[in-house]
Amino acid sequence: MTKDKKSLTNLTITEARDGLAKGDYSSVDLTEAHIKAIESGRDLNAFITETPELALERAKASDERRASGEAASGMDGIPIAVKDLFCTEDVQTTAGSHILGGFIPPYESTVTQNLRDAGAVMLGKTNMDEFAMGSANITSYHGEVKNPWELDDGKTRVPGGSSGGSAAAVSGHLAIAATGSDTGGSIRQPASFTGIVGMKPTYGRCSRWGMVAFASSLDQAGPMTRSVQDAAIMLQSMVSHDKKDSTSVDQPIPNFEAALTGDIKGLRVGIPAEYRLDGMPGEIETLWSQGIEWLKAAGAEPVEISLPHTKYALPTYYIVAPAEASSNLARYDGVRYGLRVEGDSLDEMYENTRGEGFGPEVRRRIMIGTYVLSAGYYDAYYVKAMKLRTLILQEFQKAFESVDVMLTPTAPSAAFALGEKMDNPVQMYLNDVFTVPASLAGLPAISVPAGLSDDGLPLGLHLITKPFDEETLFRVGGVLEEAADFTAQPSFLGGQS
Amino acid sequence: MDKATVNNIAKLARIKVSEAETESLAGELTNIFDWIEQLSEVDTDNVEPMTSVTDMVMPAREDKVNDGADAERVLKNAPDLPANGQNFFTVPKVIE
Amino acid sequence: MSYLIEGETGDWEVVIGLEVHAQITSKAKLFSGAATEFGAEPNSQVSLVDAAMPGMLPVINELCIEQAVRTGLGLNAKINLHSVFERKNYFYPDLPQGYQISQFLEPIVGEGVVTLDMPEGPRDIGVERLHMEQDAGKSLHDQDPKCTYIDLNRSGVALMEIVSKPDLRSPAEAGEYVRKLRAIVRYLGTCDGNMEQGSLRCDANVSVRPVGETELRTRAEIKNINSVRFVMAAIEHEAERQIELYENGGEVVQETRLYDAIKNETRSMRSKEEAHDYRYFPDPDLLPIDLEQSFVDKIKASLPELPDATHQRFVDDLGLANDDAVTLVADKETADFFEAVASASEPKLAANWVLHELFAILNKDGLSIADSPVSSAALGKLVALIADDTISGRIAKDVFEVMVTDGGDPEQIVEDKGLKQITDTGEIEGMIDQLINDNPDQAQQYKDGNTKVAGWFVGQMMKASQGKANPQMVNDLLKKKLG
Repeated sequence: MTKDKKSLTNLTITEARDGLAKGDYSSVDLTEAHIKAIESGRDLNAFITETPELALERAKASDERRASGEAASGMDGIPIAVKDLFCTEDVQTTAGSHILGGFIPPYESTVTQNLRDAGAVMLGKTNMDEFAMGSANITSYHGEVKNPWELDDGKTRVPGGSSGGSAAAVSGHLAIAATGSDTGGSIRQPASFTGIVGMKPTYGRCSRWGMVAFASSLDQAGPMTRSVQDAAIMLQSMVSHDKKDSTSVDQPIPNFEAALTGDIKGLRVGIPAEYRLDGMPGEIETLWSQGIEWLKAAGAEPVEISLPHTKYALPTYYIVAPAEASSNLARYDGVRYGLRVEGDSLDEMYENTRGEGFGPEVRRRIMIGTYVLSAGYYDAYYVKAMKLRTLILQEFQKAFESVDVMLTPTAPSAAFALGEKMDNPVQMYLNDVFTVPASLAGLPAISVPAGLSDDGLPLGLHLITKPFDEETLFRVGGVLEEAADFTAQPSFLGGQS
Repeated sequence: MDKATVNNIAKLARIKVSEAETESLAGELTNIFDWIEQLSEVDTDNVEPMTSVTDMVMPAREDKVNDGADAERVLKNAPDLPANGQNFFTVPKVIE
Repeated sequence: MSYLIEGETGDWEVVIGLEVHAQITSKAKLFSGAATEFGAEPNSQVSLVDAAMPGMLPVINELCIEQAVRTGLGLNAKINLHSVFERKNYFYPDLPQGYQISQFLEPIVGEGVVTLDMPEGPRDIGVERLHMEQDAGKSLHDQDPKCTYIDLNRSGVALMEIVSKPDLRSPAEAGEYVRKLRAIVRYLGTCDGNMEQGSLRCDANVSVRPVGETELRTRAEIKNINSVRFVMAAIEHEAERQIELYENGGEVVQETRLYDAIKNETRSMRSKEEAHDYRYFPDPDLLPIDLEQSFVDKIKASLPELPDATHQRFVDDLGLANDDAVTLVADKETADFFEAVASASEPKLAANWVLHELFAILNKDGLSIADSPVSSAALGKLVALIADDTISGRIAKDVFEVMVTDGGDPEQIVEDKGLKQITDTGEIEGMIDQLINDNPDQAQQYKDGNTKVAGWFVGQMMKASQGKANPQMVNDLLKKKLG
């Protein structure tokens, strides 16, 4: 029986599940190793709230279940991190915002409840862009998160966002896996930046109940892991048909892990021409071509397709998401929870609370959203955007009549250095250019680490499938992962030094 | 987008913005809306606005009372509760 | 006759549109499982959804959809099979979400009509629409010198907003409209109509214009009026205020006003003055409501009889006078009470007794018909005793008084007190003979042509029989004997 705690932080869910089953180590062992790793990795600022005692308590309970032959699932006893967007019972939940400072939910989100029921052990709540608004994890009230991947230039790389804390924690081996949430790319882009797998299921697969809302029609929870198989296992324990969420779908839930057959012979892989952006770095282009070759070699058939409205997806998103956010964030008013900054009148209290409680990016997006919904602009912006959304959805539907899956890059660049792209919001928004279209259409998508940039930073490839066809996503993702054989490690690994 | 518009929106959104911030926001938002403006290239005259990405019927709940009988639970996180221990939220006095 | 207000410059007409907020009768709220009962302890009927805690989501109460459709059908309105919930965004402490979930561009019910029974005849008032929305919480301003207290028990309670067209032309019509609407929703069981508890409230849009002018002038909105009497008074005062303004060279501004029942005036609500921009957009947490026609048809088939139909039946089948029918159907409980009385006796007589004797004692004690000290069954028996000549109407009033004060079964009371009417011809004849014998002078006067003296004989007969002699028989026999 091995008790080498160092190695315990290098395990995938799949490996840990087997080790726990065989009794090589206990959940408490795994959990303790990761608590140490988190302590050693505090410099990454990946966590807002660490919950070591709770974790050990749950690990112990898991071990007891296992001892009596009642392990709940493949996730039972697996230490994971939870994005601070998910409300967790009796554990502070801030969504990365000052305005939710000290908020202790008396309830547990459906997704984290499902994971709890599956036996997963929560290590803590991960840092994130404030209210999930950002692509670099620099907008958190709790400070920026560092990417565990560094170069010799002495600069800190951003982990991407908004699930940057989760990405850094998984990449840096502070947690075996983590939950993320994806509104326009917030799981997939940071996964690409940190060399891990990030998966966004079909809109409606994961309940949004208890997940702090950013943009209701786009928000979707998903797993962030170190392998495609792990993503399949973890997703299994996250999804459910939830009667508390009117947009939660009542669809059969397949065995996602079983979909990883490795067989993609004859599968038609769409390569959308419009994703070939002007001025896209050569390394992205090269990796994309490489990905096409890998899938072809595995027996799939690449098909050139056209999605002409792709270029309008991002501006469409920057109407829809802020519009919904401006309304969703109206509840943060200093009355029932969170921050209250006093004022002489009610309106002053509101304005002070929201002025101080929200950071600049959130304020900016609330302003955009308020504007596009305001009298005289609603049709020109909001209705227009919802029409574009229809066109984008129809375009995907049409394309999926002739292909089974689409392959694109995840992000237009590797992780950039902290401080870059910060002076111009539009420049920052362009990070999500490849991930946003699938979000607008509610489609499942995954980012798989596939190679390194010329500098040596991770790059991901991105797969999109039809609604509720996560199985194809995992199957192709698995093939891509195997072909890419991505074994590079970040410069920082928790618990290794 | 001018400063007056920014102040107007800030007022609607109940967000206090400083004079300096108003200035920079006006610039940033102008920049963003210039970029968004490209959507006007697309002819959407005969397109229905999307209502939902999923093709499903809205689910409904039964008319049953099964929630809400716990004042402490909803007041647990509230700032400035009444000193007399009554179960109310409070705000600065509103004059109607 | 139309209602006109005489001004210094001429006659003015008042144009009124009403927005009635009716609380949907349901156990749970529109989007949560919290209770809706009136008068609960503060914040004791508030789910996490109603308090707008982070991540909380609305799920529609199916009964509320059904109730809205039922109400629409009761208003002879178009049911929209496709309707959409939108968010109305504004900040107020009694609105925890920062938006009210309501219906805006696509309401569940479209145009309908309410027929008013005005003294000068029926008047059709157009209904513009009916939509569902969430109620707000309650602000208490008088509990603390520095703070306003917020109670969210009402937050999220289901409301129907029923918007009339600007078809109403007088305070009386407006009052009648509210009464009629209240009757309809109570017949339907979709709202309890209780105005004191706020389950039915009313906003009035009021404008005035010189007689003959066809354009609508600027209107003021009087918010939250909670009784029919106040609706009428508020409109009357607001119309007068506006006329005075115009006649003194002023202009009416579009604004929200509050009716002060104590001072009997309307005043501007400064706090609601700032320009609103509600930024409506479809609620992304919900999907559109798409109903099957069969669902609507099923509700239609199960609709109860509504006041207009009951009215018609009372007149056509039961032979009631129109005015009596109007009064009886105004309230479902009264109509039901009357029907129970009528079915046990004779309809016209039953109507008389309910409208006069019963209403008199209810009004005297300020009771509603539900609290009537005499049950409909008992009153039915009493009226039946009159109808079949067991007792006279006069005696019945005495029996009724006993029923009101001591309760009891009318047949038993009549039996115990020996109040049965004397209908035996021989017995009455004997009594008349006796009376004529004892009063030869009066008998002679009658014979001489002073027929008025017959009344004196009737009185004496009733006195002698302690009111029990059948008056008709007494009349007939007296004429015969005296003649």
